[in-house]
Amino acid sequence: MELLYAACVGLLVSCGVFLILRSRTFPVVLGLTMFSYAVNLFLFSSGRLSLNQAAVLGYSTEYADPLPQAFVLTAIVIGFAMTAFVVILAIRGRADLGNDHVDGQVIDKIGDKSKNIEKNKKGKVNV
Amino acid sequence: MMQHLVFLPILLPMLAAVLLLLPPFGKSIIIRRVGSVTLGIVTFVASLALLVKAQAAGTLVYAIGDWSAPFGIVLVADPLSTLLVCLTSLLGIVCTLYASAGDDEKGSFFHPLVHFLILGVNGAFLTGDAFNLFVFFEVLLIASYSLLMHGGDKRNTRAALQYVIMNLVGSAVFLIALGILYGVLGTLNMADMAQQVSQLQGDDVYLAKIGGLLLLVVFALKGALLPLHLWLPNTYTTAMPVVAALFAIMTKVGVYSMMRVYTLIFGDEAGELSHMAQTWLWWFAMGTIVMGAVGVLASKDLRKLTANLVIISVGTLVALIAVQSIEASAAAIYYLVHSTLVTAALFFLADLIGRQRGNVEDHISAGPPLLQPRLLGICFLVAAVTVIGMPPLSGFIGKVWLLKATVNTEYSMVFWPLYLLASFAILFAIAKAGSTVFWHHQATIVKSEIATSAESARVHPAQLVALIILISAAPLMSIFAGPLSEYAIGAATQLHDFNNTIKVILSGGL
Repeated sequence: MELLYAACVGLLVSCGVFLILRSRTFPVVLGLTMFSYAVNLFLFSSGRLSLNQAAVLGYSTEYADPLPQAFVLTAIVIGFAMTAFVVILAIRGRADLGNDHVDGQVIDKIGDKSKNIEKNKKGKVNV
Repeated sequence: MMQHLVFLPILLPMLAAVLLLLPPFGKSIIIRRVGSVTLGIVTFVASLALLVKAQAAGTLVYAIGDWSAPFGIVLVADPLSTLLVCLTSLLGIVCTLYASAGDDEKGSFFHPLVHFLILGVNGAFLTGDAFNLFVFFEVLLIASYSLLMHGGDKRNTRAALQYVIMNLVGSAVFLIALGILYGVLGTLNMADMAQQVSQLQGDDVYLAKIGGLLLLVVFALKGALLPLHLWLPNTYTTAMPVVAALFAIMTKVGVYSMMRVYTLIFGDEAGELSHMAQTWLWWFAMGTIVMGAVGVLASKDLRKLTANLVIISVGTLVALIAVQSIEASAAAIYYLVHSTLVTAALFFLADLIGRQRGNVEDHISAGPPLLQPRLLGICFLVAAVTVIGMPPLSGFIGKVWLLKATVNTEYSMVFWPLYLLASFAILFAIAKAGSTVFWHHQATIVKSEIATSAESARVHPAQLVALIILISAAPLMSIFAGPLSEYAIGAATQLHDFNNTIKVILSGGL
């Protein structure tokens, strides 16, 4: 179980980091979401993984640690709010900057920054 | 009632923010401004009362919901945290006052957001629980995201997007660090963590080390330390100057968290892990100072110059934390207060100067003469002398103290020359900026063009009061340097007093 769990977290983190390093906002937002899922899973495992153990007193002979569950709950709530915020911000960035790049610039080739903010504002967006 | 005093600097800004969202305050901007400043003053008075009480009692511990430590969340009010809470509340008043001259109308909800930001910052200063620290970080961050966008244009959106993404990744790393530390130590109460760290054995030591250093990454990001400082100049220059002035306290939250974590948890008593971050802190701090100095010399406008001064101040503070002695911490506390106030004043000045120079704004180049050169010139001179660290103002005392505190350390041979060269760079850059802005005028000025914009650009009384409060801190901190440094030494002694802190917090205080 531990191996599966760790592999899951690792896969989510690597996908998340890869996507965060992309240049367009949509993959970045997806990456952030994946990264936060991985973090939530990781945080949950910090109370040790166990089967058939309730976190409430009086329901089983052995107890799971309830604190990480509370942490995860808090982290999920905050993560939701932040994701919502970044999605709205990305949409506003798309409207304001005329493209969906995190730098506000479309770069076709390396070193070619010709299609910058001003040009995109006037003309059509080259996506 | 009195035992709940510790909670008031968190509760009052929250109530203030919620109140300011309600209909009675929605009708007229005047009511909102008066209400916001009044509520800010109420918070400040409560913070002052807490400061007086904490100084008399040593450390006050407040168990939220009466769940005692280490199981519940505790708030810890010691002389250091209460001093910073007072500083935050004061900065909040000053910024709402300054914004009341018209900046608050450029977007919606300026005043509630300021109070939410103060709530987050005060909470981060007061909390004694690492997970709670994360929660308050998020509170202050989401308020700062919205404030950053306030009254903004396109440049703002881009800077905000990058700032938000950086901080979201930072928050995720923070959670990973907390997960590792909880998994190893079984607690996130800072006092209890400090106690558990010394008892670690085997592989757990390395895990705790990873957790502790990941925390360093997070605090370095929040505090804008060398490799992670790139967001700061962009963010602070695109934000409205009043917001940037308020943000002057935010980097200090990162620095304060480092102070807590690396003196209490990974300090003298941490066994194998004691002072594990010290070398990292030294080199990052010195790198940050160099980058800041280069940035100061390269700055093309006053706001960018000030943003780079913030970076230098962070580097200086972190170097002092790395020394890990009572004297260095005391110097850091004095320097922290001084640098927060003076950078906020410089952001205000950059804004006021920019308004009076038409299209040239606050660029460091020849432009039309200022409308009120004497007033702004004197303020700029005082702020410049303070930030450069020339006698007789507070900057000089801070500088001498920090040099004295670092003299007998391992890296002083590198740190002293670096820091003094950086000071020289600041002196040079500010002298150049000041003389260009105030004395070099373009010959071809169209008189009528200036006259049309003249009246709106004059310094508003509210702005003047806010500026004078900040500027007057420099001579005051120098006149009352005796009591202030005694206070700082007392606060630093308490910060380093491991056994007492642990005992007080874990026994529930009082």
